[in-house]
Amino acid sequence: MKKAASSSYTSTTNACKLCKPLGACIAFRGIEGAVPFLHGSQGCATYMRRYVISHFREPIDIASSSLGEKHAVYGGGPNLKLGVKNVTKKYGAKLIGVATTCLTETIGDDVPFLLKEYKRDVEDLPPEEAPILVNVSTPSYSGTHMEGFHAAVRAVADQVATEAEKNASVNVFPGFMTPAEIRHLKEIFEDFSLDETILPDISDTLDAPVLEEYKKIPEGGTPIEEIRRMSGAMASIEIGRTVETRLSAGELLNGKFGVPAYKTGMPIGLRECDAFFELLEKISSYETPEKYAGERGRLVDSYIDAHKYIFNKRAIVYGEEDLVVGITSFLTEIGVRPVLCASGGQSGLLAGAIEEVTKGILPESPVVRHGVDFYDIAEEAEGLAPDIIIGHSKGYHLARRWNIPHVRVGFPIHDRFGGQRLLNIGYRGTQDLLDRVVNAFIEKKQEDSPVGYGYM
Amino acid sequence: METGAQTIFKEREGQIHRKGEEPFEMTCNRDSLAGAVSQRACVFCGSRVVLYPIADALHLVHGPIGCAAYTWDIRGALSSGPELHRLSFSTDLQEKDVIFGAETKLYSALTELIDRHKPNAAFVYSTCIVGIIGDDLEAVCKRVSEEKGIPVIPVQSEGFKGSKREGYNAACRAMFRLVGMRETTGISPVSINILGDFNLAGEIWIIRDYFKKMGVEVVANITGDGRVADIQRAHGAGLNVVQCSGATVDLAKMMQEAYGIPYIQVSYFGVEDMAEALYSVAKHFEDKDPDILRKAQEVVREELSVLYPKLQEFRKDLEGKKAAIYVGGAFKAFSLVKAFRLIGMKVVLVGSQTGTEEDYRELYEITDEGTIIVDDSNPLELSSFLQEQDVDIFVGGVKERPIAYKLGVGFCDHNHERKEPLEGFVGMLNFAQEVYNTVMSPVWRFAPRKVKRAREV
Repeated sequence: MKKAASSSYTSTTNACKLCKPLGACIAFRGIEGAVPFLHGSQGCATYMRRYVISHFREPIDIASSSLGEKHAVYGGGPNLKLGVKNVTKKYGAKLIGVATTCLTETIGDDVPFLLKEYKRDVEDLPPEEAPILVNVSTPSYSGTHMEGFHAAVRAVADQVATEAEKNASVNVFPGFMTPAEIRHLKEIFEDFSLDETILPDISDTLDAPVLEEYKKIPEGGTPIEEIRRMSGAMASIEIGRTVETRLSAGELLNGKFGVPAYKTGMPIGLRECDAFFELLEKISSYETPEKYAGERGRLVDSYIDAHKYIFNKRAIVYGEEDLVVGITSFLTEIGVRPVLCASGGQSGLLAGAIEEVTKGILPESPVVRHGVDFYDIAEEAEGLAPDIIIGHSKGYHLARRWNIPHVRVGFPIHDRFGGQRLLNIGYRGTQDLLDRVVNAFIEKKQEDSPVGYGYM
Repeated sequence: METGAQTIFKEREGQIHRKGEEPFEMTCNRDSLAGAVSQRACVFCGSRVVLYPIADALHLVHGPIGCAAYTWDIRGALSSGPELHRLSFSTDLQEKDVIFGAETKLYSALTELIDRHKPNAAFVYSTCIVGIIGDDLEAVCKRVSEEKGIPVIPVQSEGFKGSKREGYNAACRAMFRLVGMRETTGISPVSINILGDFNLAGEIWIIRDYFKKMGVEVVANITGDGRVADIQRAHGAGLNVVQCSGATVDLAKMMQEAYGIPYIQVSYFGVEDMAEALYSVAKHFEDKDPDILRKAQEVVREELSVLYPKLQEFRKDLEGKKAAIYVGGAFKAFSLVKAFRLIGMKVVLVGSQTGTEEDYRELYEITDEGTIIVDDSNPLELSSFLQEQDVDIFVGGVKERPIAYKLGVGFCDHNHERKEPLEGFVGMLNFAQEVYNTVMSPVWRFAPRKVKRAREV
């Protein structure tokens, strides 16, 4: 196997990652009654809102302490407190998730201390005027949006899940899934008669119905009461093979409260789904319901129906590390050869995870590159002769340059409709993904053919 | 429903005015209130907006990855040639850079990128963090400029040092360093620079065509479809024609002071303002070309003869509908108020992120009784006004769009992402078409707010 390498350039061109606070904001958005809050200058919040809105097509209010020049010199504490007070007053937030930015990390604001001071000041107020304050350190100069996402989830588990009585619930840390995928997860847990707490739960908060009256904070999200009792849960399931231990909410609850922590890959493709359902069988002591056996059977059936359209096609997969692993695992099963697996992330776990999900089927592991940008990806792809790329919208320019299909998965999807409703997990989601991948090849063949075939 | 009063912060009361309440007073130009979820951006954003369309320059963002990632190829600023501006370059600062300084990294990133792409100039944008760690951008840029033989210009755009306006100013100062670097021989006395047009969806090409028909030479596009060499000889133009609320007016002022070039401010949105822009330029050059006013009138007449009948068609259906406007700069708002009037619609809410007192006074003058005028607003206020005024369409940018849609209100994108030109006479037609497409869609009847109203009637 070729050793995984990171970028050999000093400059970054067309990044294949986003900054840490963005991930934290999305995670906070998945908590009931929560408002994400960035401690920094106004621009960060505005840029991220813009970026997130263009994908989800939903409002997302991210508050900011709106620091100016004098705050950068004398400290942002007063503005942080004023901002938290204002968000409490106008939004009626139950929880405010305060994430730092590169500015406030560099000037050295001690956010935990400042928030402690604030809490002391509002001690006598009734609970509706004193929301829970969670803080997470997310300087944009290290890591990616996924680190920010996991760090925020871990911070919530750390700061909200207090000592609770043992209970029969199961904590689920799904990672960055689409709202549709979270809805599917809920359905699966319900079918296993499991009482799950999914953190974060963006299924409603970032995919809400049209309203008669504007909701300051959208309905839905992980209920705070459920987060509190996570410490007494019977198990935690953390989804994603590349979540580092230092960022793992499952490990944290295991260490603090002895909640058994299970890890599983993103359930994309047969084997990762099987492993996931086996885990649920183990935890619930129920067998996988018939419904899913049916979905699994249909999926295998369609693997067979599809195989000749796609055999030995060469794919480049890029994006968030966990998603890249899931997609690669799936492609390996259907006979598409992943030739390059790339991510801007740097968990250090990507190469091992790719090896894990491809061995036994692929004769040799694909090239794996971490910490790279699209310039690196394009350079690496030279000589690989890819037939398809699979990843978010920002890789479109490569598909266009190489005149090959682009199947869109992940975040952001800015050039197609319905990114928030994509379903790639579970047997059902994998089925959907398979259909899209196969159709991408069929469409390409049909369009390139001078014959004008009406059947393919 | 919550009334406006419940959603408005006490600190912001002075930034909202309802026409009819006397006297007219408006607070503006203030720092955004912490926690109020302002729709504003930052200094970096202002600089990036202005300089971005210069297509043969290298735009290197010196900072952590976010600033470059969020501004990568998100605008429809088209180029007729090179497209270097569509790539996103960053020094992607890491923790060790923050601790030890990042001048060496900047130097090698710049060298690497200039060797790779052979740009005609490079802009190096400073971000929040660079303002704190104190990298000497000026020194690094000077060194690289000498070594590579192209202008390498630092842009003082640290995000926290103000709002977009300060970013505009930093961009103008950066561009001003280019002006004057090249020969101006051969430039016609009847010549202009187009300032403050970013060639979104090819708009500057429409405007240039009008000027061409009037016999006016365009020396430099600043900055839509912009080129370094053109800006370097921009001081040879007879007049600076400045659009947009102040994004490039500072450059015009600097050029007036240094080179004695006068400037006028115009807008290319809507029929009245577009025609007025052409007439103003014509009047300026009347002594040099006595026929120019006639030529301008000819352009306007020709365009209007096509446009008016079509607009009347739209007007039949749109008459009496209500519109809300919230945009970045107030200049765009003036034109929009007039454009809506032309298609029979009534503006009931108008606001901007960065208007001045003068701007708001003008809005007060041109709007009807009862219109709400607002500075540096936020989602809570905007949503409550939309509901209260029961509007049919909201005009704004990406961040305003979901507020409208979530309430079942039509929307017109008037932002830098747009793919349809809205400037010029043809732009007015596109605008009317877009307004029509959203207002007349059958989907609103299924939205809960309309369902409820239908039941009440």
